[in-house]
Amino acid sequence: MCTLEKRGNLFILTFTGEDQHRFNPNVIGSLLSLLSQVKAEATRGSALITQAQGKFFSNGFDLDWAQAAGSEQGAAERLRQMVDLFKPVIAALLSLPMPTVAAITGHAAAGGFVLALSHDYLIMRKDRGVLYMSEVDIALTIPDYFNALFREKIGDASVRRDFLLRGLKMKGDEAEKRGVVEAAYGGEAEVRQASVRLAENLGRRKWHGEVYAEIRKGLYPQLSAILGLTHKAY
Amino acid sequence: MCSLEKRGNLFILILTGQNGEHRLNPNLFSSIISALLRTKAESTSGSALVTVSHSKFFCNGFDLDWVKAAGSDEETQQCFNLLLDYLKQLVLAFISLPMPTIAAVNGHAAAGGVVLALCHDYVLMRRYRSVLYMIDFDLGIKIPEPFMALFRAKISGSARRDLLLSGLKIKGEEALKMGIVEAVYDGEEEVTNAVIKIADDLAKRNWHGEVYAEIRKGLYSELCDILGIASIPIATPKL
Repeated sequence: MCTLEKRGNLFILTFTGEDQHRFNPNVIGSLLSLLSQVKAEATRGSALITQAQGKFFSNGFDLDWAQAAGSEQGAAERLRQMVDLFKPVIAALLSLPMPTVAAITGHAAAGGFVLALSHDYLIMRKDRGVLYMSEVDIALTIPDYFNALFREKIGDASVRRDFLLRGLKMKGDEAEKRGVVEAAYGGEAEVRQASVRLAENLGRRKWHGEVYAEIRKGLYPQLSAILGLTHKAY
Repeated sequence: MCSLEKRGNLFILILTGQNGEHRLNPNLFSSIISALLRTKAESTSGSALVTVSHSKFFCNGFDLDWVKAAGSDEETQQCFNLLLDYLKQLVLAFISLPMPTIAAVNGHAAAGGVVLALCHDYVLMRRYRSVLYMIDFDLGIKIPEPFMALFRAKISGSARRDLLLSGLKIKGEEALKMGIVEAVYDGEEEVTNAVIKIADDLAKRNWHGEVYAEIRKGLYSELCDILGIASIPIATPKL
């Protein structure tokens, strides 16, 4: 599932195991509770890294769990449920009082890509793993807060279209070139090291966490509004 | 006017007409919109639409001769407004089309012609002998919503300013660098072949047309808000 460890000033959230790290209500609940813990223990100089073991960062919502409902209607209902339950996770990341880094060492698809994109910085592998919005390929429309996230985080209209309308599977080098990720590195260890380096450098700035979160919300006003986050401008 | 062909899974919309400028007047507008309606009615999973023209122009904008022929200032204004309404209908029809759309800008596109091109999901262009020209600025014509929303939706950064505020005739290579078009090719035949190839590749993804259209509307939500249409969630996934 997911674990949280503290390493100096760094909070490290890890999806453990070699599975696809899909999000079902249990995993989502766990994530939410861990992020609450991070927020509660935040101090100046804190930073968060989210990472995963295995071939996947996360492959999105647990569609098997949705299908286990037994009917088409039931599956659609369970999907809607997960979309709704996941929203507070994104809200928590958007309002986290510290810089956040996603260390993407495997595939990040649909909800998994959305989770990664909800971080301030994305570091990715050049040689393995893709960013992919699978929805168009499995005939699912995109939830409103997913759309808002893409609109406000990805400035290039062609990139947004390529992800959402074309179902492009984007590798690390292209993601770096097109400005989707901060940097792409040649292997798993390099990504993890670079993420730690970045998080530590950001932490060293000793930013006032609450102010950092308010500035972040101001950067993404539409998304914040859809997530029900209020924004205090001092 | 325009004609509509079907080639396997592809719908091919051809801008025709003796006057190669393909200027937008009520006849051409109705013709295109009606072709789009037919396309929508006959669409299946794995359909795609391409729009081509085989003349010096892709589309040279509104038929201003038709507008001026109205006579008085008031009637001229009314005619112009009518063309704006038609263009709005056109944008709406394209945005809701349940399949990927690709424009082959084989010749010049000006004003409303640029809007027509940008209505498509993908735009391919000729490297030379083809410019994008927002002549509105030079003619002293303002660009109203929803067309501004279309530009905001489809073009990012300084490219948007350069397209709309510089009054430049943007050649293929430049349009590619600006991110307005996907790719450029040297000859008319290459553009057409490339467009067909991309359309085939996209069609092979076998997307669910209705879902594709709703995703597109969600992607261009500001434009849809201004057009007064909403996107509906569809959650019956192919698992």
